[in-house]
Amino acid sequence: MKYRSAFDIIGPVMIGPSSSHTAGAARIGRVARTLFNRLPKKAVISLYGSFAKTYKGHGTDVAIIGGILDFDTFDERIPKSLELAEEAGMEVVFSVEEMVPDHPNTVRINLYDDKGDLEVVGISIGGGTIEITELNSFKLKLSGEHPAVLVVHNDQFGVISSVTKILAQHEINIGHMEVSRKEKGKMALMVIEVDQKIHQDVVQEIEKVPNVTQIIRMVE
Amino acid sequence: MMFRNVAELVELAESKQVKIAEIMIQQEIEVSGLTREEIIAKMDRNLTVMEQAVERGLNGVTSVSGLTGGDAVLLQKYIKSGKALSGSILLDAVSKAVATNEVNAAMGTICATPTAGSAGVVPGTLFAVKEVLNPTRMEMIEFLFTSAAFGFVVANNASISGAAGGCQAEVGSASGMAAASIVELAGGTPRQAAEAMAITLKNMLGLVCDPVAGLVEVPCVKRNAMGASNAMTAADMALAGITSRIPCDEVIHAMYLIGQSMPSALRETAEGGLAATPTGRRLEAEIFGEKNNL
Repeated sequence: MKYRSAFDIIGPVMIGPSSSHTAGAARIGRVARTLFNRLPKKAVISLYGSFAKTYKGHGTDVAIIGGILDFDTFDERIPKSLELAEEAGMEVVFSVEEMVPDHPNTVRINLYDDKGDLEVVGISIGGGTIEITELNSFKLKLSGEHPAVLVVHNDQFGVISSVTKILAQHEINIGHMEVSRKEKGKMALMVIEVDQKIHQDVVQEIEKVPNVTQIIRMVE
Repeated sequence: MMFRNVAELVELAESKQVKIAEIMIQQEIEVSGLTREEIIAKMDRNLTVMEQAVERGLNGVTSVSGLTGGDAVLLQKYIKSGKALSGSILLDAVSKAVATNEVNAAMGTICATPTAGSAGVVPGTLFAVKEVLNPTRMEMIEFLFTSAAFGFVVANNASISGAAGGCQAEVGSASGMAAASIVELAGGTPRQAAEAMAITLKNMLGLVCDPVAGLVEVPCVKRNAMGASNAMTAADMALAGITSRIPCDEVIHAMYLIGQSMPSALRETAEGGLAATPTGRRLEAEIFGEKNNL
């Protein structure tokens, strides 16, 4: 089931005018920000489908940038986010794409600074509910509703079981998990959505697992 | 205990002899891991946001584009004049639905029910029937959980997104949800709530999403007005004992299939319908100057 909570239907509390094009867009921006873990120097926003055709009327642009500035859906600074981004020293580029996406409300967000870059593709499926479908060209399915960790690792035997064992030891239950890799033996990714909060000590423990190169904690 | 469709939802409420709202609350406890008190408090906050939005809209707002605003005020004045042909409760619901959507169009704070574009119908009808049914705060919170339960079924079996399913998925869903909640608040049975949902949704099938200039204003505000009036009428019909010949779940499935076959121009792309009329295009040019200049 795509929707699990009563508050997916009655909610979110948000700044208008559109739950999919404003609130959902802000949420995708905020997930990108969480994954990047700092304010980027530059953000390139590529809009597809209905997002591309109606973004101005819906405030999709200010909502995504608001999300990247770490604003929630009801943050009254959203309408002013383009000015606020400029003040914060973040360069913003919008690109309207012609390509027809799988889902009508699709956005690709690229974030950059001196330390690195990140690419996230998100879709807004209605009522403010979103899914992250791609991260650094890995395909994935992440709702952004539950606590989650993304673990980047080398594609070697035993890494997955080492990570899940640590979660089990801390009595953290896995609700959804995906593993993928770019090429056999090369860079791989685990997406693990869980039911309990993941504390910093758990993150540090996973970081120490051989062949784990990066761990990103999502949703507090 | 998850319910997947309206039939299961009604069955659960009947077998446990509780309101539909209670089934939704119990499911939420199970899914979220939160306590009953936390869940009630969360919905209470949403209710407060709705109250504030209605109040703000009834005092008069104008959107940034200038396309919408002030109609809720006009309607309230008209009701007070005593000349209204429709009943004053019906028109009160309409004006409060309009008030909420005018606030939404003005980039004000609202609670999506189930979406922002359709955020007027559920609170509009709630705050209108409140005047005659005098519900407790808890009963008003339950009204929202009942709406959530029906919206949950539509969202998982069809769609609540205009871009995916047209306006029938947004204002259509909202109206069906509201109708079911009105029935329950008025003392109707779970089965009657489902009938009200079915009757409402049947009359929203095929409604396209064609916002002028891509703004959630024209025709969205007035679609919320008619959604509220549709919900009120269907609720009264169901309470009178009228049933839908097509079961609610089949109406929802029909809505899904209609959404699937709706051309993209009529699904929130501002390319067809009212958006593509000469006046729609002229308004778009006036608001944005050159079309979508970056």
